[in-house]
Amino acid sequence: MAVEALGSAPRVRVAPWNDPIIRGWVFQIVVVGLVAGLAWYLVSNTIDNLNRQKIASGFDYLGREAGFEIGDSMIEYSPASTYARAIWVGILNTLRVAVLGIILSTILGTLIGIGRLSPNWLLGKICAWYVEAFRNVPLLLWLFLFYKLISEAFPGPRQAISALWQSVFLSNRGLYFPVPMADPIHKWMGVALLVGIAGAVMLHRWAKRRQEATGQPFPSISAGFGVVIGLPLLVWLAAGAPSAISWPELKGFNFEGGTVIQPEFTALLVGLVLYTSAFVAEIVRSGILALHKGQSEAAAALGLSRAQSMRLVMLPQALRVIVPPMTSQYLNITKNSSLAIAIGYPDLVASINVTINQTGQAIENILLIMAAYLSVSLSISAFMNWYNKRIALTER
Amino acid sequence: MSDDALPSGERRQLAPPIDDTGALGWMRRNLFSSWANGITTVVLVVAAGWILSGFLEWALFTATFTAATGTECRGGGACWALIREKWRYIFFGSFPYEQHWRPFFAVIAMLAMLVTSADRRMWNWRLLVIWGVGSFITFLLMFGQIHIPLSLFLTIALVVGGFGMSLRKAIAEAGEMNAYRVLAAIGLVGLVLRIAGVLPAWSLAIAPLSYVETSLWGGIPVTIILATYGLAFAFPYGVLLALGRRSNLPLIKGLCVGFIELIRGVPLISLLIMASVMLPLFLPSGTTIDKFLRAQVAVILFAGAYIAEVIRGGLQSLPKGQFEAADAMGLSYPQKTLLIILPQALRVVIPPLINTFIGFFKDTSLVLIIGIFDFLNTANQALVDPNWAGFPAEVYLFAAFVYFIFCYSMSRYSKYLEVELNKGTRR
Repeated sequence: MAVEALGSAPRVRVAPWNDPIIRGWVFQIVVVGLVAGLAWYLVSNTIDNLNRQKIASGFDYLGREAGFEIGDSMIEYSPASTYARAIWVGILNTLRVAVLGIILSTILGTLIGIGRLSPNWLLGKICAWYVEAFRNVPLLLWLFLFYKLISEAFPGPRQAISALWQSVFLSNRGLYFPVPMADPIHKWMGVALLVGIAGAVMLHRWAKRRQEATGQPFPSISAGFGVVIGLPLLVWLAAGAPSAISWPELKGFNFEGGTVIQPEFTALLVGLVLYTSAFVAEIVRSGILALHKGQSEAAAALGLSRAQSMRLVMLPQALRVIVPPMTSQYLNITKNSSLAIAIGYPDLVASINVTINQTGQAIENILLIMAAYLSVSLSISAFMNWYNKRIALTER
Repeated sequence: MSDDALPSGERRQLAPPIDDTGALGWMRRNLFSSWANGITTVVLVVAAGWILSGFLEWALFTATFTAATGTECRGGGACWALIREKWRYIFFGSFPYEQHWRPFFAVIAMLAMLVTSADRRMWNWRLLVIWGVGSFITFLLMFGQIHIPLSLFLTIALVVGGFGMSLRKAIAEAGEMNAYRVLAAIGLVGLVLRIAGVLPAWSLAIAPLSYVETSLWGGIPVTIILATYGLAFAFPYGVLLALGRRSNLPLIKGLCVGFIELIRGVPLISLLIMASVMLPLFLPSGTTIDKFLRAQVAVILFAGAYIAEVIRGGLQSLPKGQFEAADAMGLSYPQKTLLIILPQALRVVIPPLINTFIGFFKDTSLVLIIGIFDFLNTANQALVDPNWAGFPAEVYLFAAFVYFIFCYSMSRYSKYLEVELNKGTRR
């Protein structure tokens, strides 16, 4: 009897204003109504203001001529190009500095994080002070410092510091160095590089399978490097080794020929990498410290060297702790690259800022910024989540 | 004398080998434990010595400490005379020169406010008093004249009454409850009458000093105000966002998740540009909004989303039993949240919150993009003077040193708190 009552307890009748479900919906409708009302108020004000100030709306301006200069572009661009192209140049510049920044700060940060755990007291202290110095000062200040140092402390083009038999020039206009003349074979060398990378990955997988099956190791890392470098080299040799090189030369007030790393780009990249690597170092250090001491002792007992135990035992396990906070650092690099505007590197925010000033269409442009950063952030998150799943501990 | 001479069973105590104790032993263990280690040490000592001696040469031995203009500063070393000449501008910006004591004491008031709220014994109603008094002094000194509108008093009455009524229900005596009811009623009725236009726009004017508008503010007070009040205002709304994100109500949850991810997905600069060009468009025509206030609004919006994520971490760390026990005791949602959940959740997140605050303190430097004179911007402007051109490193290193002192002491404090707050749970 009692058991039955428990099993089919009749729903207690409550007054509608005391029913949690009804209450919940009423509360939600009220909140959503308030938010919608606020949005409507802001939008109606905005439409009102736009009409009064006779500001056009819509994305038609993207097709018009931009008319401003961009100093550093990876694709063909001139002031006669459209706004859309100017913004695209900005997006590419943001991606370039973000991707390089992510790669370099991961490498530097990992080294410093491991260095902080070194048995050498001096190395540990230096790495610790590096982290404290860069973490506790705003990134923007570092950017200004590096930019001013490059643009004011380095000599002008006429007194440029030259190295390697007058082929590399360092001045306040940036670092000029020789590059091979454009040649149709470069495209095929690129293809060969991609094929080489795919081949190296496959080789590594095969070597791993063979080692698991037979216990025989295969030097897949050095062989892989050989494939990656060797294939493009073979293509180049097969094409008759075209070796025309464009040398930088002083003409008038600046250099011509060769290629240049602009000071703005250098300052931004150096600042971003040094700043972010301090955070990466802390993440790597805490990831390694989170491992049980028995892991490193067991690796040592197996006779692995310190480097081997780091690479084969410690890092793969530490990665599980490291990857989630690392994702947010990668997102931070991408977002922090927008500080470029302060030192004059033409990234996405900088191009859009000029566009806002010229067209007056703030809303459309800010929507573009948000859309661009959100899609970059979401793709980085998606990639890192995929990677995190891949390295996660496989449990029963 | 050999061991045989001693009574049986005793061994003469030998001193440990000389290279195992003292400075020598320490060096052997920590610097020269292996060949590789020894080489690393030597290389590092040489490199660090070379860099350090070069730096000291520049910063101390060949530096100029007094000079009338930058041209007298060409000794090759650092020109600290520039800092000596410009330090008041770097710290206080364009604030009227003879009134610099005002931002100075405002900074002292804010630091006192932050330091006293760092004390655990103050984490109760006293915190509200400290922040009320501290903010009043700060803004009185900065503005010189404050007008407190009637509606602010009414809002405070409504908030105090409302919170008292919902939190002290069934605990407080009848007299206390009635006091809360009266307060809330006065606040509500007064606000309605004020909005309807029945009550006049009366305000309490306190004007002991000359008025200084925000466009003249600059330097360290601006940086501290933006960071501190960014956090103070973002905190309650970050808590609401975090609670919303953990809520069972799908619409509320969706709104909060969307908002948090949107703000966290875009850089602060885009929010600042948005605040400076779009906020005027959002408001009814004719209203102008102070540039400083626009930057502060952008910082608050930005900070709230990040604080919400930190607090969500604290909420998730609570065992489910706490929520269920509060429900079982028949507490209402506000009571459960404010009396059971938040006190425990916030305790966990205080150290990460301080780290977030350090982040904002550094990020406020971005406001220079929209033309606010924060500490980094005044340092930047000090370089523009043609009499003192060409010494960026001195000014930036000085500014970096000041930022470092603030941020480093805060990060030490958060480390200390982490240990202190975990004392009870540590084995």
